[in-house]
Amino acid sequence: MTNHWVDIKNADLIIVMGGNAAEAHPCGFKWVIEAKKTRKAKLIVVDPRFTRSASVADFYAPLRPGTDIAFLGGVINYLLSNDKIHHEYVKTYTNAAFLIDEGFSFDEGFFSGYSAEKRSYGKDTWKYQLDKDGYAKLDETLQSPHCVFQLMKKHYSRYTPELVSKVTGTPKDQFLTICGMMAETALPTKTMTICYALGWTQHSVGTQNIRTMAMIQLLLGNMGMAGGGINALRGHSNVQGITDMCLYSDNLPGYIAAPTDADADYKTYLEKRTPKALRPGQMNFPQNFPKWHTSLMKAWYGAAATEKNDYAYDWLPKKDGAYDVLAIFDRMHQGKMNGFICQGFNPLAAVSNKKKVGDALAKLKYLVIIDPLVTDTSEFWKDFGEFNQADPARIQTEVFRLPCNLFAEETGSYTNSGRVVQWHWQAAEGPGESKGDTEIVATLFQKLKQMYAKEGGKLPEPILNLTWPYRIPNKPSAEELLMEISGKALADVYDPKDKTKVIVKAGEQLAGFIQLRDDGSTACGNWIYSGCWSQAGNLSARRDNSDPSGLGQTLNWGYAWPANRRILYNRASCDPAGKPWDPQRSVIKWLGDKWGGNDIPDMRPDAKPEEGVMPFIMTQEGVARLFAPALADGPFPEHYEPFETPLDKNPFHPNNAKATSNPVARVFKGDMEVFGKAKDFPYVATTYRLTEHYHYWTKHVAINSVLQPEQFIEIGEELAKEKGIKAGERVKVSSNRGHIKAVAVVTKRIKALDVDGKKVHTVGIPLHWGFKGVAKPGYITNTLTPSVGDANVQTPEFKAFLVNIEKA
Amino acid sequence: MALQSLDIKQRSATTTATPSVRQTVEVAKLIDVTTCIGCKACQAACMEWNDIRDEIGTCSGVYDNPTDLTENSWTVMRFAEVEEAGKLEWLIRKDGCMHCADPGCLKACPSPGAIIQYSNGIVDFHEENCIGCGYCITGCPFNVPRISKKDGKAYKCTLCSDRVAVGQAPACVKACPTGALHFGAKEDMQDYAASRIIDLKSRGYDQAGLYDPPGVGGTHVMYVLHHADRPGLYSGLPKDPSISPLVSLWKGFAKPLATVAMAAVALGSLFHYVTKGPNEVSKQLEDELEKEDAP
Amino acid sequence: MIRNPKDLTRYTPQERVNHWLGGICFILLALSGLAFFHPAFWPLTQLFGGGVWARILHPFIGVLMAGSFLSLFLRFRSLNVMTPADKEWLSRAGEMLDGKDHNLPEQGKYNGGQKLMFWALAIGMLLLLITGIVLWRAYFNLPVDVVRFAAVIHAAAAAVLIAVVMVHIYAAIWVKGTMRAMWYGTVTRAWAKQHHRAWYRQVTGK
Repeated sequence: MTNHWVDIKNADLIIVMGGNAAEAHPCGFKWVIEAKKTRKAKLIVVDPRFTRSASVADFYAPLRPGTDIAFLGGVINYLLSNDKIHHEYVKTYTNAAFLIDEGFSFDEGFFSGYSAEKRSYGKDTWKYQLDKDGYAKLDETLQSPHCVFQLMKKHYSRYTPELVSKVTGTPKDQFLTICGMMAETALPTKTMTICYALGWTQHSVGTQNIRTMAMIQLLLGNMGMAGGGINALRGHSNVQGITDMCLYSDNLPGYIAAPTDADADYKTYLEKRTPKALRPGQMNFPQNFPKWHTSLMKAWYGAAATEKNDYAYDWLPKKDGAYDVLAIFDRMHQGKMNGFICQGFNPLAAVSNKKKVGDALAKLKYLVIIDPLVTDTSEFWKDFGEFNQADPARIQTEVFRLPCNLFAEETGSYTNSGRVVQWHWQAAEGPGESKGDTEIVATLFQKLKQMYAKEGGKLPEPILNLTWPYRIPNKPSAEELLMEISGKALADVYDPKDKTKVIVKAGEQLAGFIQLRDDGSTACGNWIYSGCWSQAGNLSARRDNSDPSGLGQTLNWGYAWPANRRILYNRASCDPAGKPWDPQRSVIKWLGDKWGGNDIPDMRPDAKPEEGVMPFIMTQEGVARLFAPALADGPFPEHYEPFETPLDKNPFHPNNAKATSNPVARVFKGDMEVFGKAKDFPYVATTYRLTEHYHYWTKHVAINSVLQPEQFIEIGEELAKEKGIKAGERVKVSSNRGHIKAVAVVTKRIKALDVDGKKVHTVGIPLHWGFKGVAKPGYITNTLTPSVGDANVQTPEFKAFLVNIEKA
Repeated sequence: MALQSLDIKQRSATTTATPSVRQTVEVAKLIDVTTCIGCKACQAACMEWNDIRDEIGTCSGVYDNPTDLTENSWTVMRFAEVEEAGKLEWLIRKDGCMHCADPGCLKACPSPGAIIQYSNGIVDFHEENCIGCGYCITGCPFNVPRISKKDGKAYKCTLCSDRVAVGQAPACVKACPTGALHFGAKEDMQDYAASRIIDLKSRGYDQAGLYDPPGVGGTHVMYVLHHADRPGLYSGLPKDPSISPLVSLWKGFAKPLATVAMAAVALGSLFHYVTKGPNEVSKQLEDELEKEDAP
Repeated sequence: MIRNPKDLTRYTPQERVNHWLGGICFILLALSGLAFFHPAFWPLTQLFGGGVWARILHPFIGVLMAGSFLSLFLRFRSLNVMTPADKEWLSRAGEMLDGKDHNLPEQGKYNGGQKLMFWALAIGMLLLLITGIVLWRAYFNLPVDVVRFAAVIHAAAAAVLIAVVMVHIYAAIWVKGTMRAMWYGTVTRAWAKQHHRAWYRQVTGK
C-alpha cells in the first residue's frame, strides 16, 4: 500500500477491483465501512462475481476475468476525452510533458522493438529525448505528438466505451457510471482509493493491471493524498514483510536488485544500479544505492567485507536465469534439482498445475518441509484416492518434516499491507518437538558451516565468513535479528556537512537510512527498515494509538517503513507551492522553513518549494511515470487476453494472432501445449478465497471447517439451467490439465456476460480444500490452473483460465 | 456500567412478582445488516466463547453453514439473493435469539426458572432447570431455541450474559470486523440506528429502518435493514412477529380458567355429597331381595 | 373370596386390571401434566423424580394409557351404544343428581351418564394421543404451528377429561356399593336392581 489501512477511511470513493476486500481482508475492510459511515464515501466493486464486498457496495459492475486493463484503459480514455483530470498535478508531478524518442510506436498490439523469437522487447525507443546535459526534454504545453500525454491519449483513444464493453462484458451504461464516479475525484478536494489484491496480480498481465490503475490515480491527482493511493492488500499477515526481506530471488533485502551473470564485477554492478537524475535538482534517491548495498554486505560479512574485496561482492550468488516459483518447478520437473527446502509453503496446493508440481516433487532426492502442520505437499507421495493419486512405491523422494512453531509461539515482527512493522510477543510454547523457524535454519547453517570448515568445498568463504554474532548461535533471537536489520554504526559516523561532527558513535543503532554509508562504517540488514530499532529502542513495539490529526496517522504505533512514513509520495498532497490540495486532509505542508505536518515528509525536509524538487523521489525524473519503460511488456499497459481465452482473438488486435495474449509473457516448453482451447473448455474460470478460510491452513481447524466444510464451485443460474445442474449437486470441473469434483453452488451472483457477441459464463472456484485436514477432503484447485506467469514478476495466472463443467 | 445488572425481571413458570425495585438500563445488540459482510466471524466467536462446536457438515449448495441454528450454533448467517428490477442484492442476516421484551419462550416454559429475563432485557436459558419439553420452541415467534440431542436441554444465544455481567460486549460484537454489530444501552442503539438510517436514505434506500418489532414488546437484538418495509426479504425475518395466539391462549387465559374449572368440579362434587348425601341402595329393595332369598 | 354367592358379577378380573391400569396411568398423567400446565402444580413433578423425569415419563405413560384404554374401549364399546332410553335419562339427569332417581327410566349395565363419560373419554383419549405425539419433542419434530395447535388441544382435552374423571370417581363414591365392582368385581343384587334394573333383569332372568 502506498497509503495504509486506516487511511482508507479518508477516501471519498473506494474501488474494490482485482480483489475482494470484504472477503479476504474483513478486518481491514472496517475502514471502508468507516469511510462510508463518516465521510459518506461511495464504494464501487468491479468483479466477475457479485462478492461479499459487492454486498455492501453502492455500485457493482461485472467484468470478464482477465479484462481489467480493457476496463481501466477505458477509464483513462474517459478521463482524457472528458477532460476530467487534475491538470496541475498531471502536468507538474508526472512525466506527461516528457518527450519520448521519436522512434517509439505502437502497432497491432506490439510496441516498437518487439522480437517474436525472443518473446521480448528491445527498449531502444522506449526512452526520453535528452538534452545536451543528459536531462529529459519537456513540452510543457503537452501538445507535442511525442510527449507522454499525447502518446497516452492516442494509445487509449482506442479504448472506447463500446469496445470496452465488448471485451469486458461490462454493460456500457454501468461502465460509464463508474467512469463518472471516478472522474469526480479529479477535484483536488476529492480522493479515490483502490483496494486490490491477487485478482490483479495473478494474471499474465498482472503488473500492468496495477499500473493502469496507478495511471488513473495520477491523472486524478490521488497519489500521495490522504484517502488516495494504490493499495495492495496483502494476502498473508506478514507477506509484506517477507517481500521486503527478499521473497523473490531477483532481489536482495530491501528490493536491492540481486547481481546476475551479467554483472561481472562490483563496479559494473553498482554502476548499473545507481541511476543518474534525469531532471535537474531532483532527489533521485536511488543514487544512494551503494550505501544500501555496502551496509547490507557489512551486515552479512562484517569485518570480512572490506573495500579491498569489494565488500565481498564475489561471494554473492550471480543469478544465471529465472528462479521464480514457476521456474523452480519447471527446473525440478526437468529433473535438474536434487533437493528442495520448503519452508512455510505448500506448493502442491499453492502453485499452478498440481500435476506438474507433483511430478516434479517426485523427481527430487529429498524434500524438507518446515511447517507447523502436515501439508498436502508433505504428503504428496501418498495415495489419497481421487484427491491425490500417487504410488509411493514408485516415488523415491525422501521427505523430512521439521515441525516449526506457529506465529503465536514466537516473538518477532509483522509488516502489514500498510508497511507498518509491528512487534508481537510469544503467547505460548510450541508443542512437542517444534522449534522456531530461525532455530531450524540457524541449526542447519551451523551444521553446514562445520562441514565446510572440516571438508572444505568449492567456495567455502561465503559460508565460513558469514557474520553470526548471535548470543546463542543455533537460536538467534528476534530482537537480535531486528536490530541487525535496522542497522548500526560499525565506526563513528560523521555528518556529511561537517566532517568533524560525529552523528552516530560506533556500536550505536542507526536512526535511519539517511545515516547509511558506503565506506563500510555502517551495517544494515535492510535499508528500508533502517531506524525501526534505533537508539530509542524497538520502535516496532510502540503501541500509542493517539491520532492528533484525526486522519489515522498514528505515527507512534509501530514503525512504518520507510522512515516511519505512513503515506508514500505525500509531497504530492500539496500543490507545487507546498500548500495542501485539500486543507481538510492535510498530510504534510511547507511550514516556511521545512516540511512537516501529520506525516514524515516524503521529501528532503529543507527543500523549498521554489527549488522544484518533485515528489516522486524514487524516480530519476522526480515525477511519476505515466510512461514507464522499465516494464517488460510495454511502457503503456495494453489489453491482452488471458492465455486461455474464450475468444479466438484479441478484439483490440483482431488481425494479429501473436498479440492475442501477452506477447512477452514467458511460457515454458510443455506448458504451451497444455493450454486449453475454448472449443473444449468453453467456460472462464477464476479462483479465489473465501472469508471462512485462510489459504490451505484452516482446513486443519475445526471452527473454520464448521463454517465452510466442503469444497464447492459457483456457477450462474443460466449456466446451471443449461447444464441441468441443481444447487447442492456434485459437478466435475475440468481444464486441459486435470479435473476436480465439488458441490455446485448455483447463484444469481454470477451472470453470463455478453463478450464480443458471445455469451461467456464464469465458473468460480474457491481454493481452500485439499486432502489433509479436518474439513471434508477435496481436490487441489490448482490441478486446473495453467503454468504461465506475469511478464514482469512471473506471478501465475490463477485468475483467468478455461474449464468445462458437467454433472459428476 | 449499568448494563451489567443481572437483576431478574421475569422468570418462567412463576406467578409472583420478582424483585423489581431497582431500575436498570436496558441493553441491546444492534445488527447493522447494511454493513455486514457475512464473514461469519460472529459465528466463530460464538463457538469459541461459549465452547460449542457444531458438526463439520457438508455444502448444500449455498454459503450458509451451518445451515440452521442448532444447540451448538446459536447464531448463523443467512444469505439471501434478491433480484428486483435488474438490481441484485445479497442480503446477509445474522440470525439468532432476538431477546424479546415479551418473550414467547419464557411465557411457554413450564419449568420455574428455566428461562430468565434479566432487567437489562437479556432472555437467558438456565439449562440446569430445563426439562427439555420444547415448549419454548412453540412459544418463540422467531424459531430460535433448539433442543440438544445430547442432553435434551434447550439452547440459544445468551447475548453473552456472562460477558455482559462483567461489563463486556457479547463475543460476536467484539469479533465483528466491520463494526456491523454494536452493543450498548438500547436507547443508544436506537439513536445510532437512526443515524445509519439517515445515511441509508441518502443512498437511495427510502425504506431503510430499524427492526424492533412492537408485537413482541420490542427486542433487545435489533436490525438496521435497507428494506425495513419488507423484512421477509432477509431470509424470512417475520414482518410483524408476535407470540402465537394459540400459545397466548394456552399459556395465558386457559391456564387459570381450566384450573378453576377443574377445581369447581371437585368442589361441586364435594358440596353435592354434603348437601345431598350418599346414594345408597334403598332398604326396601334389600328387604325385598332378602325375602325372595328366604327358603 | 365370594362373600355372598348371590352377588352379581359386574366385572371380570381382566376388566378390573385393565381399568386400574388405565386409571393409574390417568392419575399419573394428570399429575405430571398439570405440573407442566400451571406453575401451581409444578411441585407435583417431585412425585416423578423431578421435572425432567416427569417430562420423560409423561409421554411413555401416555402411550401405555392409550393402549390400555383401547383395550377397555374394545371391551365395553358395544355396551355403551346410546339408546333412546339413555337420552331420556340424560335429559332428566337433574333428578338423578337431586337424589330422586325412582322415576327415571330403567337402565342397562350403564346409564346415559356413564355412556356419555365413556364416549367423552374415547374422544378425549384419541385427541390426547394424537396431540401428545405431536408434542413429543424427543422423537417428533413437526411444524411449529401444528405443535402450537396440538398444545392447545392437548391441554383442553386433558382439562375436560380430568373433570370427567373426577365426576366418574365422585359418582363411584357417591353411589354406595359401586366401588366394590371395580375392587373385586361384584355388586349386590339390590344395587343392580336399583341402579341398573334392565341389566339386573338380564343377568338374573327376573
